[in-house]
Amino acid sequence: MSFTNEQMERYSRHIILKDVGVKGQKKLLQSKVLIIGTGGLGAPAAMYLAAAGIGTIGLVDSDAVELSNLQRQIIHLTKDVGKPKVLSAKETINEMNPDVDVVTYQEWVNAANVKDIIKDRDYDFIIDGTDNFPAKFLINDACVLTKKPFSHAGIIRFQGQTMTYVPGKGPCYRCIFQSPPPPDKVPTCKQAGVLGVMGGIIGTIQATEAIKYILGIGDLLMGYLLTYDALKMEFRKIKLPSNQKCQVCGENPTIKELMDYEQPVCDLKF
Amino acid sequence: MLIKVNGKDLLLEKEVTVKQLLEMQKVEMQDYVTVQINDELVDRADFEVLTVKEGDTVEFLYFMGGGDR
Repeated sequence: MSFTNEQMERYSRHIILKDVGVKGQKKLLQSKVLIIGTGGLGAPAAMYLAAAGIGTIGLVDSDAVELSNLQRQIIHLTKDVGKPKVLSAKETINEMNPDVDVVTYQEWVNAANVKDIIKDRDYDFIIDGTDNFPAKFLINDACVLTKKPFSHAGIIRFQGQTMTYVPGKGPCYRCIFQSPPPPDKVPTCKQAGVLGVMGGIIGTIQATEAIKYILGIGDLLMGYLLTYDALKMEFRKIKLPSNQKCQVCGENPTIKELMDYEQPVCDLKF
Repeated sequence: MLIKVNGKDLLLEKEVTVKQLLEMQKVEMQDYVTVQINDELVDRADFEVLTVKEGDTVEFLYFMGGGDR
């Protein structure tokens, strides 16, 4: 694979970095990242990954764009209201960077389809940009079982958190959080609100982790939970232990097949 | 005694259990918070018996959804 003059110019600020260079940019162009959820977190993550020249970006979302999404889901425009989110996101990415092949999956992930979606293009890295715990645990378990690295994140009000899982190298989401909270116990963004920029900050960190993983540079948020409080303007990096008793990645795992947790009806649709 | 809770110093008059500390710190949804002391996960079943000691570093980790939609 050789670069066109246009690509040399487009990626020049990457290529000049000694940790990226021509070799690293080629790696990015040959890499495949799956983004589950094209909302607050997935939108900015997808845009930066597209701009960075990730060769294949998979987008999973069953929803259509709503006016109330536009306060934070910056990949969708006012004209896109009513359009499937994956389609709207694909159009934006295509306009941003023609080098990117966008694969769309207009569906919700569930125990029956998530592994097939991950295997569809044998994605190198997965970004969890979902808004609910059943999906977060499902993605975690699917990544552990298929040995895929992924970035977890969550945002609410003025707060965010993110961690990176790399198979066999550090704790998974379930090591720390064990099982989903009951449906009505932990508020959702719709109930509690979220500052629009939270997805930008945390989703962009998720994109950064994907790029670092693909390039094999720096230190990932592996074994760490990064928390961000926008009101205090405070980032904290909390060391996480591996949990040998983890139900999915521990020494004697009890979860060997994926399962669907019940999802609250109020969360399924507005 | 001095402990650290989520990165901040906290002065306590005496040793307290994890559950008491959760209450003192007014942690909401105590049944769904993950507690770590000195980089070790605390079993939920031990919240009422395990005490926090001088110099301990305590982290409360919260569920956070958000993202899509």
